[in-house]
Amino acid sequence: MSVPILDVIDLHAAYGRIEVLRGVDLSVPRGAVMALLGPNGAGKSTLVKVISGQKEATSGDIHLAGVHVQGARSEDLARVGLCTIPEGRSVFPNLTVEENLVLMSYAGVPASAVLDTAYGYFPRLHERRHQLAGTMSGGEQQMLAMSRALASDPALLLLDELSMGLAPLIVDELYETVARIAESGVSILCIEQFARTALRVADYAAVMSGGRIVATGEPGEILETMADVILGGAA
Amino acid sequence: MALLEVDDVVVRFGGVTAVNRARFSADRGVITGLIGPNGAGKTTCFNVITGLQKPTKGRVRYRDRDVTGWPVHRRARHGVGRTFQRLEAFGSLSVRDNVRVAQEIHGGPLAWFGGRRGAVSVEMLLDRVGITEYADERADSIPTGTARLLELARCLASDPQLLLLDEPSSGLDETETDAFGELLVELAAEGCSILMVEHDMDLVMSVCHDIHVLDFGEIIASGAPADIRTNPDVQRAYLGYAEGDGDLDGDTGVIPAVEEVV
Amino acid sequence: MGSLFAFTLLGLFTGAAYAIMASGLVLTYTTTRVFNIAHGAFGMFLSFVFWDFTQRQGMPTVLSLILVLGVVAPAIGWFIQRFVTRGLGEGPVSVALVVTVGLLVGLIGLAQQIWPPEPRVLLPFWSGTGWQVGDIFVTAHQLITLVCAVAVAFGLYLLLNRTRIGTAMRASVDNPELLKLFGGKPDRVAALSWAIGISLAALGGILLTPVVLLDYYALTLLVINAYAAAMLGRLKSLPMTFAGAMILGVLESWAVGYLPTDGFLASFRPVIPALFLFAIVVLMPQAQLRIGQVKGIVTAPVPSMRLSIGSGAGVLVVVLLLVNLVAPNQVLLIGVAATYAIVMLSLVLLTGYGGHVSLAQFTFAGVGALAYAKLDEPNLFGLLVSALIAAAVGALVALPVLRLTGLYLALSTMAFAVLMDKVVFNAEFAFKFNGTLAAERLSILGLRIGSDTAYVWFMVLAFVLLALGLLVLRRGALGRLLVAMRDSPSACGTLGLDLRWFRVGLFALSAGIAGLAGGLFAGLRGTVGAADFLYFQSLLVLLLAVVFGATSVTGALLGGTALMLLPELQAASPSMAGLLFAVIGFGAVLLGRDPNGIANHLFRVGRWLRSRVAPGLEERLQALLPRGGAADGTDGAVDVPLVDVPLVEVSGGDPADTMVIEKVV
Repeated sequence: MSVPILDVIDLHAAYGRIEVLRGVDLSVPRGAVMALLGPNGAGKSTLVKVISGQKEATSGDIHLAGVHVQGARSEDLARVGLCTIPEGRSVFPNLTVEENLVLMSYAGVPASAVLDTAYGYFPRLHERRHQLAGTMSGGEQQMLAMSRALASDPALLLLDELSMGLAPLIVDELYETVARIAESGVSILCIEQFARTALRVADYAAVMSGGRIVATGEPGEILETMADVILGGAA
Repeated sequence: MALLEVDDVVVRFGGVTAVNRARFSADRGVITGLIGPNGAGKTTCFNVITGLQKPTKGRVRYRDRDVTGWPVHRRARHGVGRTFQRLEAFGSLSVRDNVRVAQEIHGGPLAWFGGRRGAVSVEMLLDRVGITEYADERADSIPTGTARLLELARCLASDPQLLLLDEPSSGLDETETDAFGELLVELAAEGCSILMVEHDMDLVMSVCHDIHVLDFGEIIASGAPADIRTNPDVQRAYLGYAEGDGDLDGDTGVIPAVEEVV
Repeated sequence: MGSLFAFTLLGLFTGAAYAIMASGLVLTYTTTRVFNIAHGAFGMFLSFVFWDFTQRQGMPTVLSLILVLGVVAPAIGWFIQRFVTRGLGEGPVSVALVVTVGLLVGLIGLAQQIWPPEPRVLLPFWSGTGWQVGDIFVTAHQLITLVCAVAVAFGLYLLLNRTRIGTAMRASVDNPELLKLFGGKPDRVAALSWAIGISLAALGGILLTPVVLLDYYALTLLVINAYAAAMLGRLKSLPMTFAGAMILGVLESWAVGYLPTDGFLASFRPVIPALFLFAIVVLMPQAQLRIGQVKGIVTAPVPSMRLSIGSGAGVLVVVLLLVNLVAPNQVLLIGVAATYAIVMLSLVLLTGYGGHVSLAQFTFAGVGALAYAKLDEPNLFGLLVSALIAAAVGALVALPVLRLTGLYLALSTMAFAVLMDKVVFNAEFAFKFNGTLAAERLSILGLRIGSDTAYVWFMVLAFVLLALGLLVLRRGALGRLLVAMRDSPSACGTLGLDLRWFRVGLFALSAGIAGLAGGLFAGLRGTVGAADFLYFQSLLVLLLAVVFGATSVTGALLGGTALMLLPELQAASPSMAGLLFAVIGFGAVLLGRDPNGIANHLFRVGRWLRSRVAPGLEERLQALLPRGGAADGTDGAVDVPLVDVPLVEVSGGDPADTMVIEKVV
């Protein structure tokens, strides 16, 4: 059995005295797409922050492709192939589209290659290359954000709440992109709160609640659990 | 008769439209829910209502007066109180002093020099929301759920007529949430109108009289809990699909109500 | 018409130099959120370095310029970002302000130490060369200044828009965390912008030196010009900053050309930047309340009332002993220390409790002193009115910036201090230029406090009473409100507090306390003049207040004593004068992050000592002294023996109780 691309073992993290992650165990196999679902406040975004080096864990281990990486800085992780697209609009609103793309070359791919990939994939970005990113629609901004994942050829892609605040149709489009990235062999961990769409592209799924992983399995099995956790008896 | 009316409010940050022509109201003496997926613009709506955010367009009416141009404190003085999603408790004060400060602010300069006292004592407020045992702790050292209750107690100290609660139950466990729901119903019965942003659907469905659903900055549905529950637009907004859409291998039945997994 | 054109053109040349300096300020502020009050001081320091290279070492001008701008300045900028200002941008504005004020004072001290005062001349580039354009003579230096400004503008444009690191600079303004996820290094970006920023400060300073002369203070004050220019672009936009600098230069030039050369109006010339700044600040739109503030600050604990009163009485006894023991001239020094200590009390209220920074606190003392001398009512009523006048002036300063917060408020106070120092205090209706006013010592109920010893003791009494008043306030509703406002202004707003007026009230109260100190000071000295209330003194007051602890009255007492000792030490060893400034300035840089200061560390030591030594000591003391007895026998009027003070309430043994007992005077 090959080494998983991401292996999280008994991870704890806290904000002050409030413990948010209470022993997270999670493993993402190489080349797989894993959806991590769970209600608001379950600790999903904190987990992303800890894995990507933005926040320190209080205890536990993280292995990226078998290498123990805890304590590494996020900019260094980004340069060795961890691509994190955080929650919210993860572009620089006051830079133009092209300038945003140029900055993506910090991950190690030459700027011209980044531009080619992004424009090839999303012709709409080429039309708007001189427009400020903040003035584009939410969907277009997420396209721009996804360009980083497309162009930098990462080993692992962390997607946090890709669909947040976007119309379902646009979310579908974005997840088609995720599927294509996955086809190129990139391992993906995508975090979603309400996500039938995410499950459609995922090979595996996990449910997080109260700072722990409470269920893992195939997307089909997870779906039922999900509705309970999120809408309660509502739906 | 609506106590609060949000009329055609638009908020744009740069090019991003956070709230798009939102139009909803909250009635006197009842609990109104404002729900929607993450990033739908609920907190921004609250900021507009309390005056922390100027709307790009639109009006806010409160007690039949246009308060759109009013500063934050003036709205508060007229009875608009709120809690915050990202907690804004006074971290370096004790829990008790947090509530006391609120009472003193409400009492005005006379109270600062020990003159007037509020009708309801600080201890009673702490007791009412159930955080008496934390009274002497520093507010930045208490758990999130408790801090939310503290924000509620602090808000009640200023004797609000309209209470805006931003995700008040996150951080509370099941029993606490139930008790919290009862408290809300009590408050409403006493004549306090409540507008609540909340993710716990069980709580929303059980206590709210009306519910407005915000998605992508727009109100996509308004109505009684029963109508909202079965509204396909709402389900689509939340789950990305609606019952009856049937786009995932035959799983179209009503999703059974099961106890929470946690 | 010809002269208008000439003055405008001359103004543009000066404006070009301001633009260079201001663009450096904007660059560092936008990328790191640290407003560098010491920006002008860096320009000053590096101009001295340039003088040293060219005049003292005799290096060629071009080589020196390359060394200063290309090596020394960037190295300093890098060092400052790396070791001093890193992380300050995310903290409270007050901390960043104190740290950079510390840099300012430290740099002045360092410059005085390395290059002791003596006339130095830095000639303009290619002095003597110039061209006749119509009816005006344009010097080569002026042309070079203009060329440099254009080059800087063009260079910055290219850097920020055409290079990846420049794009990253703008990106880190938006969101440094995201930049890290992109793989960029915000720290490197910040270091680069500081390197460039300090280099631009140096270039601006060197170009302006022939105009404003090689002076420690004049060059340092250029930060106000730069700030005023940058405010036109809201500290963000470089093109607007350039425009602001040019307008400022032209306004100054017109002032030279058209304002009368003598009389009150003439004194306005040097304060055009400050006035320009006020005008822009008044026109700025309301700042919105922000959600998600810095919160939960740990402050020095408030002592119990009993302990405070006991300590206060202790101070009074000690001072009573001192004034009777020391030499007569040293009695006056104790009075000076009391003045400073009271002014620092006003900062405890404003900065320590309220979280606002004032760079004009000693100027308010000056207002109080002026009012006291002018009123010529040497009694408590006159003193009170002086304090009220100072309070009213404080409110007036806060009013235009009512809608603004933090940084803008603090910087406006600095402009105000300069304005008072250079114009108002020197005006005919005030102290007059180089003049003084006589002030009588006050009488209480017809009894004149004439002797030095009695008057000084009275001043200390005033300090003790004010300190006790402040502690009562801190323990009461107002104290809670102050803490609440600092923790979360938006929560206060949504609870119904009008923060704007509350802030004005706070500012006025604080200015009033400082004014009271000024009134007492006037009585102490007998004659007071503008020279007693230089704006620079306000910076020292702030720094020492923070170093010794701006959150406790003990800090104010210690800070006041230290500030009194400072000129004495400097007079005792003139060769070390600059070094002392440097020590204070850089001390504040080190300690500025903790506003609780040295006093809090003393409390900690005191707590530790008491936990170790007190139980045994108490036993032995009780065996030695009859409880409550006036064993010292100096004055029967004071019936709280000093030795009892630290021990009061310790016997309770309750941990919550011992937390409260911090105050050791």
